[in-house]
Amino acid sequence: MNAPSPDGYTTADGRSIGPVLMEMKNITLRFGGVKAITDISFDIREGEIRAIIGPNGAGKSSMLNVISGFYVPQEGEVWFRGARRPAMKPFQVARQGIARTFQNIALFEGMSVLDNIMTGRLTLMKSGLMAQALWWGRAEAEETAHRAEVERIIDFLEIQHIRKTPVGRLPYGLKKRVELARALAAEPKLLLLDEPMAGMNVEEKEDMSRFILDVNDEFGTTIALIEHDMGVVMDLSDRVVVMDYGKKIGDGTPDEVRSNQAVIDAYLGVAHD
Amino acid sequence: MTDAVAQPAPDSGPVLGPATGPASIPALLARNAARHGAKPAWREKEFGIWQSWTWAEAAVEIRAMALGFLARGLEPGDYVAIIGRNRPQLYWSMIAAQMCGAVPVPLYQDAVAEEMAYVLDHCGARFVIAGDQEQVDKVLEIQDRLPAVERIVYLDGRGMRKYDHARMDALAALVADGRAASPERGAELDARIAALGPDSTCVMLYTSGTTGKPKGVVLSNRNIIETARNSSEFDGLRAGDEVLAYLPMAWVGDFIFSIGQALWTGFCVNCPESPDTMMTDLREIGPTYFFAPPRVFEGQLTNVMIRMEDAGRLKQWLFHRFMATARRVGPAILDGRPVALSDRLAYALGDLLVYGPLKNTLGYSRIRVGYTAGEAIGPEIFDFYRALGINLKQLYGQTEASVFITQQPDGEVRSDTVGVPSPGVELRIADNGEVFYRSPGTFVEYYKNAESTAATKDAEGWVATGDAGFFEEGTGHLRIIDRAKDVGKMADGRLFAPKYVENKLKFYPAILEAVVFGNGRDRCTAFVNIDLAAVGNWAERNNIAYSSYQELSQHPDVRGMIKAHIAEVNASIAADPMLAGCQIHRFLILHKELDADDGEMTRTRKVRRRVIEEKYVDLIDALYGGVASIQTETEVTYEDGRKGHIRATLVIEEAAVVAGGQRMAAE
Repeated sequence: MNAPSPDGYTTADGRSIGPVLMEMKNITLRFGGVKAITDISFDIREGEIRAIIGPNGAGKSSMLNVISGFYVPQEGEVWFRGARRPAMKPFQVARQGIARTFQNIALFEGMSVLDNIMTGRLTLMKSGLMAQALWWGRAEAEETAHRAEVERIIDFLEIQHIRKTPVGRLPYGLKKRVELARALAAEPKLLLLDEPMAGMNVEEKEDMSRFILDVNDEFGTTIALIEHDMGVVMDLSDRVVVMDYGKKIGDGTPDEVRSNQAVIDAYLGVAHD
Repeated sequence: MTDAVAQPAPDSGPVLGPATGPASIPALLARNAARHGAKPAWREKEFGIWQSWTWAEAAVEIRAMALGFLARGLEPGDYVAIIGRNRPQLYWSMIAAQMCGAVPVPLYQDAVAEEMAYVLDHCGARFVIAGDQEQVDKVLEIQDRLPAVERIVYLDGRGMRKYDHARMDALAALVADGRAASPERGAELDARIAALGPDSTCVMLYTSGTTGKPKGVVLSNRNIIETARNSSEFDGLRAGDEVLAYLPMAWVGDFIFSIGQALWTGFCVNCPESPDTMMTDLREIGPTYFFAPPRVFEGQLTNVMIRMEDAGRLKQWLFHRFMATARRVGPAILDGRPVALSDRLAYALGDLLVYGPLKNTLGYSRIRVGYTAGEAIGPEIFDFYRALGINLKQLYGQTEASVFITQQPDGEVRSDTVGVPSPGVELRIADNGEVFYRSPGTFVEYYKNAESTAATKDAEGWVATGDAGFFEEGTGHLRIIDRAKDVGKMADGRLFAPKYVENKLKFYPAILEAVVFGNGRDRCTAFVNIDLAAVGNWAERNNIAYSSYQELSQHPDVRGMIKAHIAEVNASIAADPMLAGCQIHRFLILHKELDADDGEMTRTRKVRRRVIEEKYVDLIDALYGGVASIQTETEVTYEDGRKGHIRATLVIEEAAVVAGGQRMAAE
């Protein structure tokens, strides 16, 4: 399985994975003299759950920020849906169909869960600012349609009971779920999850894992995630990229990665001399 | 669907003549589709909106479902297990199964796989209708031991795309097949519906039972329909009433309310969006007929009191001022007794300022008839709701009676009785105090258990309730003291009625559960479970830090509070010479909540005395020994069925006892 065919492959559990959705080619990212990412290449295929793992400071979040367009790499190319992506503002990337969640939750604390998720559909709304403000013309019909979609996501993520609760009053685990809901509301082609399980207890982790799998299964969403918890990553992902000190040290199925000596060294801490 | 609204009759199966009345649930459905065709029959909140189905629409859906079952090979006499939360489609599947001549067997959805295995195996269910993946997974886990299960039909297919579908169906697909099969199978279905009579089995319900394995209670159409008719007439229930279906579908009460009475009267059954939204949905629907076990009313009252403590001073003053008025005259006004004009005016003002808004917040604005049963309700709690003008009443019933044994008529409501015999019910009290009844709702038999049937129901149809009670002189109301088998004797021959004491303890908000011991002993002792919500809130107010349930439960101040409560209870028990021996001498606060998953309680939250006595034998010994504290280790079962252990050191407290009766009590 080291080199999947251009048309995709079939996973162990029988899901068929499509062609390449996003390809990172020889990405290098520097902050001044510090190299955060050094010459990394990998691809993300349609319908797959792709994990990026690595010890602290390995450059995982930087990588996610390159994918989301927040950082523009000094070297290398980002290809998305068969075209090379020029340097873009994050909102332009969002319009291309990439949505994300954040390691430190970034929701509107004073707004209700429902309103927060509705903001996820902003990039899909067509009516103008005035029409929306005045609730006039197609703005009304449009909002009804968007609300219906949002309700589907609320149902899917089982957060009906907090629909009208201000986000600031919610416990951490639920906030994470609301953030996932908002990202889903954008109907992304590619969903980026930045440490979706960070700070959760075992039960919350299990819930979140189930939701991630269900999202992938139900909506066919391609998911790229960064995660610390190795157990979670190995259970969830189809393929895993392992980073250490800004370099890629492994790439493959969870089983391949698990038996990769470089990966074991990175995690168990071999002296670097 | 529009066709069906216009012409429900031709496709709705046979209706029996007016002389006998409809003799089965499917016949009642057909009658309702014709009589109340355009009125809402079921509603469910989904995607944030109340979706509704009229009787005519529901009749069409249910018929299609029944045809789908036929197409999958469901035979008369088969058993169909239904597992899931309250949803219209699951209620429909019960009626659809009946149409095919099969018997629906609803199961408790929170039962772990092991418990389900027993019931599924015992009834030999061929079809299982499961609400969602969680329930399907449980069935798949035990399917190797269930050779009879042929098909699993699920309602919400989420997460199951990759499952092997050789023996599984989505309910929607089955209904679609049923629609397609309508022309060739319609006649067969009509014949099966026509074959249903008053003596055909309507439903089989497994009693959770405080001892031993669950028993399958077989209830006939006659049981259900006559009981539904009698009880609906007793309270004047009618089409246009609204109920919220949120209690377990496997419980007989839900079957009577959401199927029996709903089909008999044609009222509308509303299903909540999810178990967590029940309170919001309750407020949105504003039911006119409502049932809740005492713990729901207790929980709501606790919430109200907690929130009032946080309210501004004006609001607090208004609340306490007008609640005092309400407690004084509210119940009398509700019962239609004479009340002074000045009090009526004060009450009217209170209704405007306090009671009305409060009822609205609770979702009780429109209640005409409210019931509570299952456990004793605290008089303060009961009176609080009555004072607000909510017609909350008590009933006494059990699965074997199709619920109703006694009910309180309007205007004769008190917290310490369970009312007069329901219409058509005969009652007698045996010499040992046990209550016996005979009624149209009396069950047919325990399935595959002739021995238990014979032990419970005699040849003349009298059924032992297992409860001890007596008729109150003057009013003729029944009062229940305790389970007959739990009523015992203490070593010196005095009466031991643990539940009577436990109920008194549980009326305190801080106490969630209590278990009293003392049968055959010289004095009584008790386990107490604290209520985490109430005590946690109290701790917060009093700046008491705690990190876990266990730590909070053993906090000296918490122990002091419970000790004070027990002293009060002891004083009130001592006032009754018959029961004075039941005063609690020593107690301890348990380090974990008693839980159905650990087998310590039934699914309906009744204490399983024998299990607890075995499991905590070390703690009981300590209570009767002289020690001041004890170290213990307890096995707990998590929600997913895994097991773990918790260790704790429990302090044993002495409680103040009032001297009296035949001997001095305290040392």
